[in-house]
Amino acid sequence: MGQIQLNQVTKSFGAVEVIPPLDLTIEDGEFCVFVGPSGCGKSTLLRLIAGLEDVTSGHIAIDGNDATMTPPAKRGLAMVFQSYALYPHMSVRKNIAFPMKMAKLPEDEQKRRIDAAAQALNLTDYLDRRPGQLSGGQRQRVAIGRAIVREPSAFLFDEPLSNLDAALRVGMRLEISELHERLKTTMIYVTHDQVEAMTMADKIVVLQAGLIEQVGSPLDLYHTPRNKFVAGFIGSPKMNFIEGPEAAKYDAHTIGIRPEHITVSADEGPWSGVVSVSEHLGSDTFFHIHETGLADTITVRADGEVNFRHGDRIRLSPRADMIHRFDAEGLRIA
Amino acid sequence: MARSVTQKRKIINTAAAWSVGLLIFFPILWTILTSFKTEAQAISDPPVFLAFDWTLENYTVVLERSDYMRFLWNSIIIAGGSTLLGIIIAIPAAWSMAFVPSKRTKDILLWMLSTKMLPAVGVLYPIYLIFIKMGLLDSKIGLVVVLMLINLPIIVWMLYTYFKEIPGEILEAARMDGASLREEVLYVLTPMAIPGIASTVLLNVILAWNEAFWTLNLTAAKAAPLTAFIASYSSPEGLFYAKLSAASTMAIAPILILGWFSQKQLVSGLTFGAVK
Repeated sequence: MGQIQLNQVTKSFGAVEVIPPLDLTIEDGEFCVFVGPSGCGKSTLLRLIAGLEDVTSGHIAIDGNDATMTPPAKRGLAMVFQSYALYPHMSVRKNIAFPMKMAKLPEDEQKRRIDAAAQALNLTDYLDRRPGQLSGGQRQRVAIGRAIVREPSAFLFDEPLSNLDAALRVGMRLEISELHERLKTTMIYVTHDQVEAMTMADKIVVLQAGLIEQVGSPLDLYHTPRNKFVAGFIGSPKMNFIEGPEAAKYDAHTIGIRPEHITVSADEGPWSGVVSVSEHLGSDTFFHIHETGLADTITVRADGEVNFRHGDRIRLSPRADMIHRFDAEGLRIA
Repeated sequence: MARSVTQKRKIINTAAAWSVGLLIFFPILWTILTSFKTEAQAISDPPVFLAFDWTLENYTVVLERSDYMRFLWNSIIIAGGSTLLGIIIAIPAAWSMAFVPSKRTKDILLWMLSTKMLPAVGVLYPIYLIFIKMGLLDSKIGLVVVLMLINLPIIVWMLYTYFKEIPGEILEAARMDGASLREEVLYVLTPMAIPGIASTVLLNVILAWNEAFWTLNLTAAKAAPLTAFIASYSSPEGLFYAKLSAASTMAIAPILILGWFSQKQLVSGLTFGAVK
């Protein structure tokens, strides 16, 4: 079990309210990602769930039981920290065993779980080393191992991959996803990286200034963002926003079109502009286009084979069915 | 190369370091040398440095006249006991100041330190009277408590500084792992702060060992430590320099040896966090 319910939860630090009243339910077994720019309150929210911060008002329920005043040790949750937070004076084995030692599990059961976790996380050869003798990726695996052996009702991840290099990050991302598939335990994952959010989540919670902007599946957010903030935050490269007469044609204050929903050609299309920068990724090419008369820059994602250069004047065609319409407040027009 | 140190510079630096070191060590060296002289040689003018008749007579006399082992035992109990008690009280105090500070934490730390600025004699009367009322005069337990209180601000400050260096997330991890507050302090914080705790212990043992004001004023015979043992040889009349030196040497020898063997630990602890 691992259903977590937040009911009118708020958090203030002194006079500053970082989380205005907030309701959220994370279902048992769900992989839920909190995403948003830095300072949006996503880590604070996670720490409230963990019990590392006290809520200012409101209630938190874990599996239907009120856990608002329960100390972190008693909530049955496991957390993986950004800095890994391993115990530097203990070997990997003792690090992983620590939560079980606290729970006073029998020695043979501890050993069985350590061996299983080490096997699953490729740590068997490192059990007698100290954290200081491990690489970043290995340390993160130890932190995950320490979380797994508790058999918690939910895992909490606080930007666990942001200290790793890009290649390792992709690998660990897959490992965590596979772990979720295998364990089917509730996971709450905080990140500022929308790619991590999109690739891992069952449910994404987009936050800004402590407010939930939208909750939904990755594709929900991609296809039907509730407002301009979500539309701009989800998807890479960012959605293009166009205001003025072009938007008025669609009966909107602002229209949004994703870079992958615009096609470029030398001579066909309703919009035109000059290529400022073209970024070749091999599989794709990103064109940053100026002088369109629509917005400062329009970004287009084209096939890797398409080849225009700096200074080329080209034509653009948006896919009409992929145009998002927003009103003056930035809210989606259905 | 960041900075090249020439051979000449190295020699000058080494010579300067040795000179300062010898200057600081000289009084102790002189005391030790004097303890092996006769009383006449001890006050001879000009003073003799090494060319004197080495004798163990002073030590024999001192050992005959006073019960060195009792003073030594008292010193060990008082210095060790006050440090141990201080550490037990200071670890939770420093924990709370370092990890759950309130608005007043900085003020409390400064206030604690300010008590060290008060001349000890200023509180002699009240403490003396309290000791009389409680029947603590000339008792080891009384001195353990007083020396603990005298050094507690330093112990708390030192531990606070070390604890500040420990990332809070590691303690939070322990909390998430199901550790109670006691387990968190016992299994995670304390082992991580061992270098800092060790140097705090060492420094406080030394401070308590050498403390003379309170030990001389609050003891008579039963609980008197080595400082009182030395004082008993400083007499306004007669020639006692050599015997005084012998007594002093015997009083400082244990702490000198302890300090010598733990100097590496002491230095690394005192500069902990300074270089990162």
